[in-house]
Amino acid sequence: WAAALEGLFSIYKPPGVHWKLVRDTIETNLLKGINAAPPPAPRQRVQFLAEPTSVVAEGSNELTLSAASVPALAHHPLVSGPEFLHIGVGVGHRLDVFSSGVLVLGVGQSNKALTDLYRSHVTRDYTLEGELGMATDNFSHTGRLIERTTYDHITRDKLERVLAMMQGSNQKALLTYSKVDMSTQGAYELAVKGELRPDGKSPPIMTGLRLLHFQPPHFTLEVQCLNETQRYLCRILHEVGLELRSTAVCKGVRRTRDGPFTIQHALTHQHWTSTDVIQAIRQYRSSRKASKAKHTQPGKDTGTASQRQEMAEEAAVTGDSHRLHSVLTSKAFGS
Amino acid sequence: MYRPPSHVTMSCVFITDIYMALTCIQHCQRCTSLLRSRSVGITTLQYSTDAQHWPAALWNSFIVRVLPSVLQRSPNPSQTRQRWNLGVRSYCESHAKVQPSQTKHGNTDELPETDMVSYQNPVSHQLIDGGMLLKEWQTAFDLDDAPGHSALEEISHEEAVHMNIPAALPPVSISLKDYVNESETLGKLIQLGVQLWKLEQRPNVGSMLLRLDFQTDVTPRLVFLKQLGVDDSRLGYLISHNPFILTESLENLQARVAYLRSKKFSAESVASMVSRAPYLLNFSVKRMDNRLGFYQQQLGLSAQKTRDVVARLPRLLCGSLETVKENLKICKLEMGFRENELQHIVTVIPKVLTANKRKLTQIFDYIHNTMNIPHDLIVKFPQVLNAKYLRIKERHLFLQYLDKAQYDPAKPNYICLDKLVSLPDEAFCTEVASATLKDFELFQKTM
Repeated sequence: WAAALEGLFSIYKPPGVHWKLVRDTIETNLLKGINAAPPPAPRQRVQFLAEPTSVVAEGSNELTLSAASVPALAHHPLVSGPEFLHIGVGVGHRLDVFSSGVLVLGVGQSNKALTDLYRSHVTRDYTLEGELGMATDNFSHTGRLIERTTYDHITRDKLERVLAMMQGSNQKALLTYSKVDMSTQGAYELAVKGELRPDGKSPPIMTGLRLLHFQPPHFTLEVQCLNETQRYLCRILHEVGLELRSTAVCKGVRRTRDGPFTIQHALTHQHWTSTDVIQAIRQYRSSRKASKAKHTQPGKDTGTASQRQEMAEEAAVTGDSHRLHSVLTSKAFGS
Repeated sequence: MYRPPSHVTMSCVFITDIYMALTCIQHCQRCTSLLRSRSVGITTLQYSTDAQHWPAALWNSFIVRVLPSVLQRSPNPSQTRQRWNLGVRSYCESHAKVQPSQTKHGNTDELPETDMVSYQNPVSHQLIDGGMLLKEWQTAFDLDDAPGHSALEEISHEEAVHMNIPAALPPVSISLKDYVNESETLGKLIQLGVQLWKLEQRPNVGSMLLRLDFQTDVTPRLVFLKQLGVDDSRLGYLISHNPFILTESLENLQARVAYLRSKKFSAESVASMVSRAPYLLNFSVKRMDNRLGFYQQQLGLSAQKTRDVVARLPRLLCGSLETVKENLKICKLEMGFRENELQHIVTVIPKVLTANKRKLTQIFDYIHNTMNIPHDLIVKFPQVLNAKYLRIKERHLFLQYLDKAQYDPAKPNYICLDKLVSLPDEAFCTEVASATLKDFELFQKTM
């Protein structure tokens, strides 16, 4: 059981639920599955009983003791309780109550791998749904309304221009935070492949921004970013509205990808049982092994160099320039 | 000062001597000469080793209760001579008040290990000050006197075999594991299926269970419950959730059942109510009467309907009335249900009275304002108020996506609310939405 449960898996967190509740539900379900194993045979202990009166003659000095094997109740499951009372289930990048989407969880030893995953700059994909014409205090449509504006003047063209401008500024930020000398050939090659990443701590940076759907007042953006929080993304939408001389609020934040975990394999809430979780972990492990077998690149020792290697692996496996497979090579994932 | 009997025979051990000695000790606390008596009954031996640890305050209660039962049940009247070991002296130094009239001759045979009587003593789990009391009465005695026998003295083979060393039970423990092998009560409770591991976590429940005597305390109540009609398999569940039913007096239990029967609850419904609400019979008649009156008055239901509601949800008689009052207020004021509508809802789904207010209002808000379902339709299908918010939301949005979200019975392609909520996912997808389960899951991931 323990070996089968060690690993990472992703679930789809529904909106309106705190991530802690989700994590607790999954822990409870895993414990139910583990404790459902049939209890071991009861241990026996030997007890010496004196012979009953009828057998022993009055006044005789003979001692007669019979041995009887009696079940030892101290280890009965009703006395000792369930075998496991706690499983360490760790959560990756958290999702707040308002947003939904892919949430990575790890069980047991793989929790260490989680921290590695998030220290290496993993990108995440979000789908943001926005509504023009309103401004609230917490940038989402559930907040207190502050301002209403008109949005008739906004066209798709203007919106895309604003988005391009934002992407440009983010790209510049990325360049500065990656601490790579801009005048080198190496830097150019990295930038061409799209493998530039910030070195160390950085503020939230968007590496990709795209307009998916525009139907005033509603519009949908797709964002790829690093180091973000959901509140930051809602603020982005608000700023988009401001740039367009109007206002906008966020109606939904949905994470479609978190590092190598896509929405395709995420478990919906009816599948949060131990059997499904074990299957998901097995699937993740097999996909990891498959991608490890593909890459036979020699390991590089510098931090940035290994990161670039990870970028390359990510890009190669998923065919998209922003996927990361550093998890595959890092030692913490070794089973 | 009482003089101990000069004759200390090898053959007979008289409890009278011991008891008189004990009373004497109570008066004058210096009877160490008795310690040197070679013939002391097994009872003393058994309790002595434990007595070292247990504080004097307990002795009154346990000696009085246990010894009579020991006397009544000791099977073998034949005498055995016991060796007085070191450390046993503390038994005689106890403050036990034992009536000499209760003594019997020669019933001091060793109790075999399987007879659990001796361990139905008040084993104090949470004695924090136990050590203090012990010290107090130990200093009262003269500890300079040498003991009568040394541990290196040679004894005969028969003596050695007949010497019954009781199991060294810890006087204080955090778990019932240490006592379960010796205690008859605990063993029988395990056979019933009581979850001792849960009960021992509750404060004082473990000690209470150990103090119970199976024959005198537990059996009559189990028989009473069986006569009531409670199923054997439910007894374990009952005791696991409400161990205090074993300490409730039988007269009270009988009075409460008689009250329920007098209110025209049938025998089967009383049995089912007791098995589903374990705490029911611990509440006084007055409290139950108060609650029944409240429900009948507030809901305005007939006696028969109130009986039905309470029989379906016996928890209503156990919990606080404040939450019920608040829920009723919410239904009337916030949701705007009329008196007769509310009556209908409660008779169909009594759980509405004890539901979480926040969840109830959230569901109602979504159903009424987002799905635009009018009050009378909700009253027709009150099950929607009992469902999970996420489930209703997902299914409604799925139907909306498929353009099938039509809940008006007057128009065609009407979706029954009952089916929306109570069907399992597969059945819902195939019957109501005519889509596959996979589509539904994919849709869930777009929410």
